[in-house]
Amino acid sequence: MKRARIAPGRWATIAILGILGLLFALPLAGSLEFTLRSPNGGYGLEHWISLFAPARPASYAPIWTGLTNSAILAVVTVAIVLFLLTPTMVLIQLRFPRLRRPFEFLCLLPISIPAIVLVVGLAPVYLVIGRAVGTGIWSLAFAYGITCLPFAYRAIQSNLDAIDTRTLAEAARSLGASWVSVLVRVIVPNIRVGLMLASLVSVAVVLGEFTIASLLNRQNLQTALLVVSKQDPYIAVIMSLLSLAFVFLVLFAIDRASRAIARRQSAL
Amino acid sequence: MGRGRQLIVTALAETKALRAGADPSDPSRPPGSASAGRPAGRRSPLAYLGLTPFAAYVLLFLAVPTVLAVGTGFFQRNGAFTWSNVSALLDPVILKTFGNSLLLSLVTAVVGAILGALICYAALGLKEGGVVRGLIDAASSVLAQFGGVMLAFAFIATIGLKGMLTVWMADSFGLDVFASGPWIYSLPGLYIVYAYFQTPLMVISFMPALAGLKPQWAEANLTLGGTGFTFWTRVGIPVLAPSFLASFLLLFANGFSSYATAAALASQGAQIVPLQIRAALTSETVLGRENLAGALALGMIIVMAVVMTAYSLVQRRASRWQA
Repeated sequence: MKRARIAPGRWATIAILGILGLLFALPLAGSLEFTLRSPNGGYGLEHWISLFAPARPASYAPIWTGLTNSAILAVVTVAIVLFLLTPTMVLIQLRFPRLRRPFEFLCLLPISIPAIVLVVGLAPVYLVIGRAVGTGIWSLAFAYGITCLPFAYRAIQSNLDAIDTRTLAEAARSLGASWVSVLVRVIVPNIRVGLMLASLVSVAVVLGEFTIASLLNRQNLQTALLVVSKQDPYIAVIMSLLSLAFVFLVLFAIDRASRAIARRQSAL
Repeated sequence: MGRGRQLIVTALAETKALRAGADPSDPSRPPGSASAGRPAGRRSPLAYLGLTPFAAYVLLFLAVPTVLAVGTGFFQRNGAFTWSNVSALLDPVILKTFGNSLLLSLVTAVVGAILGALICYAALGLKEGGVVRGLIDAASSVLAQFGGVMLAFAFIATIGLKGMLTVWMADSFGLDVFASGPWIYSLPGLYIVYAYFQTPLMVISFMPALAGLKPQWAEANLTLGGTGFTFWTRVGIPVLAPSFLASFLLLFANGFSSYATAAALASQGAQIVPLQIRAALTSETVLGRENLAGALALGMIIVMAVVMTAYSLVQRRASRWQA
């Protein structure tokens, strides 16, 4: 009997992925070609070398400022995810199961509210914040925590669903553990993969954010790239390629790591 | 996924019912029996207190900005109520930008959905959890959610005025891509770049549905005398249709709300709604009105609410086949 199959044949797979893969690689190849153009015609590594030994260091300054700011924002945003969102999710899972659906709705809501709309309302809010705590870049992380909410929620919740939170917590409680040690020593170690995924996704979202920073006149990596691209398009394209490659490698590593973990768990 | 979660909850309820002090907070138990078995002070005020930091945070940075964004359109600078900004939504210029935005989202969502579904289908031929699948997943996530400004650069470097393809076509075929003006920096260019980041989003959101097709269904189809063709027309496509539609709506919403790529590509002009909001925010008056940004935000929220409601309705139906 002919074997039943849904998947396309070997050659169809190669043909579809090959053609579409080439098509989608074109802009990236175009970027690479662009950065390899030598100032005096032909090809060379001049622009890549100038990244480390810039002829006009001042014109690259915005990128380093933006990179530093984005790094600060990433750290504060991850802190919001780990120390504000996570305890709340565990609390809801353990003590308020009825609030689960409304809470899920709330966390997924930012998907439906475009950043460009949010920024219209964030402008007056940040005016007040600016007067209260100054215009330090870190306060922008509060807005970024909201844009990361749906991604972080999904990563953590799917991990919470995969373990028997309630039984773990009850077992720990009956052995005399306080609620804090239930959270820190029982639940958190069991959802560390979800927490890691949520943190990395948040870092990726923060590094790629442009809309809010740009319209609130803050400098982050993306706004800096746009500024620098006006003076030196080559360096902007190089930095773009590097950050795309960086996030790609991080995501690929996550994919491999989580598969390895899944394999190990199913082997047990 | 929803079904799997339900199963876990029911399984828990059954094991708990065997125990004497059944957990009162279990949602599957009737509300009447709940309060009877609850030890005093089980859900202390302290537990509610634990919810307040997050509630305050969401109130301040999600609820307040949304209300402000949507509400400011109804007020003048001096705080007096006005319909003038909201009525500007019916201005021919604004209607045209909304039309542009809707058409851009629609066309790129259709193109992205078809190309993305094709990639998902081809990916079924790869080993589940293999390296190539991992590469496709990672690349899709990067291009769909991380691109923004950087994708605009990539396209300028490739088909901009001095881009790789532009130069190549001019040198090899004597073809001037921009004979009718540098369209890549305006609305037509947005179609190309948007289709480029919509496709990977389709791969991310449609892949789970396609991977959920069970080989047993194909076997059942064969046993009952069906062919590969009847499998798709009678089983595959009907089962996948809701998921496809849901993903398409997600793509539409994504295209409609995108800003970064358009802002980097079209540094001047306001052909789509997000760019019009930029103009309203940075130059105070558009069409001689204050607070127009608020009215435009209201218009966007209405469109998004319709699309996302449709999405969640369709998604609920789609999840029926995804255990």
